[in-house]
Amino acid sequence: MIAYIMCFILFFVGLYGVITRRNLIKIAVSLSIMEISTFLFFALIGYIDGGVAPIVDPAHPAKVYVDPLPQALVLTAIVIGLATTAMMMAVIIRLYRKYGTFDIREIRNLRG
Amino acid sequence: MKGMTLIVKKTTQLLAGMIFMYGIYVIVHGHLTPGGGFAGGVVIAGSLILVTLAFGGDFLKLLKEETGTTIIESLATIMVILIAVSGFLFGTKIFFNNYLPKGIVGHLVSAGVLPLYNIFVGTEVAASIFIIFLSLIIFREESKQ
Amino acid sequence: MELSVSIITGFMIIGALYAIHAKDLLSSVIACGLVGYSLVICFLLLKAPDLAIVQIVVDTVTLIIMVAVVLDSSREESFLKLDTQGYIAAITVVLLIAILLYFFTASIQSLDVLGKSSLRMAKYYIEGAASKTGSANLVTGVVFDFRGYDTMGEAVVLVTAVLGVLTILRIKGKK
Repeated sequence: MIAYIMCFILFFVGLYGVITRRNLIKIAVSLSIMEISTFLFFALIGYIDGGVAPIVDPAHPAKVYVDPLPQALVLTAIVIGLATTAMMMAVIIRLYRKYGTFDIREIRNLRG
Repeated sequence: MKGMTLIVKKTTQLLAGMIFMYGIYVIVHGHLTPGGGFAGGVVIAGSLILVTLAFGGDFLKLLKEETGTTIIESLATIMVILIAVSGFLFGTKIFFNNYLPKGIVGHLVSAGVLPLYNIFVGTEVAASIFIIFLSLIIFREESKQ
Repeated sequence: MELSVSIITGFMIIGALYAIHAKDLLSSVIACGLVGYSLVICFLLLKAPDLAIVQIVVDTVTLIIMVAVVLDSSREESFLKLDTQGYIAAITVVLLIAILLYFFTASIQSLDVLGKSSLRMAKYYIEGAASKTGSANLVTGVVFDFRGYDTMGEAVVLVTAVLGVLTILRIKGKK
């Protein structure tokens, strides 16, 4: 139960960073932290007590395996998170070259 | 872009080949050990990024590399979809079916279509990440001129 | 098991708090990479070696891209005082956390203790999977055989993201 609570606290820390920070790089870092807390939650759900890693050895089959379904979902999500972060970094560089600052308030005042 | 110092160049000449071979090993043994297409693809992209950062390269060479890598990525994605569609033509008439013989669990040649999937998805992921890195460098070089 | 995962998650929370409040942008980016590397240890404790390999290489590539962006532009964050918009943002955060806390406590009472399987489909995926797909690695069998549509969608999303990056970072078009 404590592990779930810590996982949710990490999610709240990321949410606080996205809403209150004004620097674009800090917003991207907080979004990445929110994604990491989601991956940890999925891996926590799939854990079974006394299980081994889900690789079958035909000579010595084990009794209990850890659930492979949440691991399959997280595997895809990690690579898609990388693509999203890379695209956000491309937008951030473009904004910096045009306006000269990372601050979102000044960009909103300068736009036009 | 400029390359790096002599020590970095010599270390890269020794290491980059081994990292590339490790990436191919992780992809091909995807159905026997942990790893698979996605992990091996990112490892291969890591070795290509290492070589580009250490040796540099002039602007036109980077542009030609980018063009070639986009062609490889598109071809790999088409092959993934073609393998899924080929369940219609050969085997049973079901889309996305695993129709080649399954073999013995634990041997290298087993598990039907799965090793082919691993190879093509790994190539596509490696090409994607290398393109993202190359376009960042080309943007930086172009805005300096 | 639950105690060690909780301790490492506590370190991740401290690192995340530092990453948000750091004055230097380079320190903030490196702290984000550190949170990702701690996740690798959590994955190994939860018996998921596939995820550990993918997370460690993906976090390295993310760190490279972020450091390249930060070093190419300014490196510090300018601090201004709180004005009305800062107060509105703080009140919004408090409201959102209060609402989400209610749903979180409602959901955590329906989850089982860590270790007893909360998902009922686990045994249907495990028994007979090695002979139905023919692969010794169960996660690869689930990713490419039982849930192959998700993998096809993920390949398409990667191509779309690359197309987006190539379009955004283009200065001169073709004549």
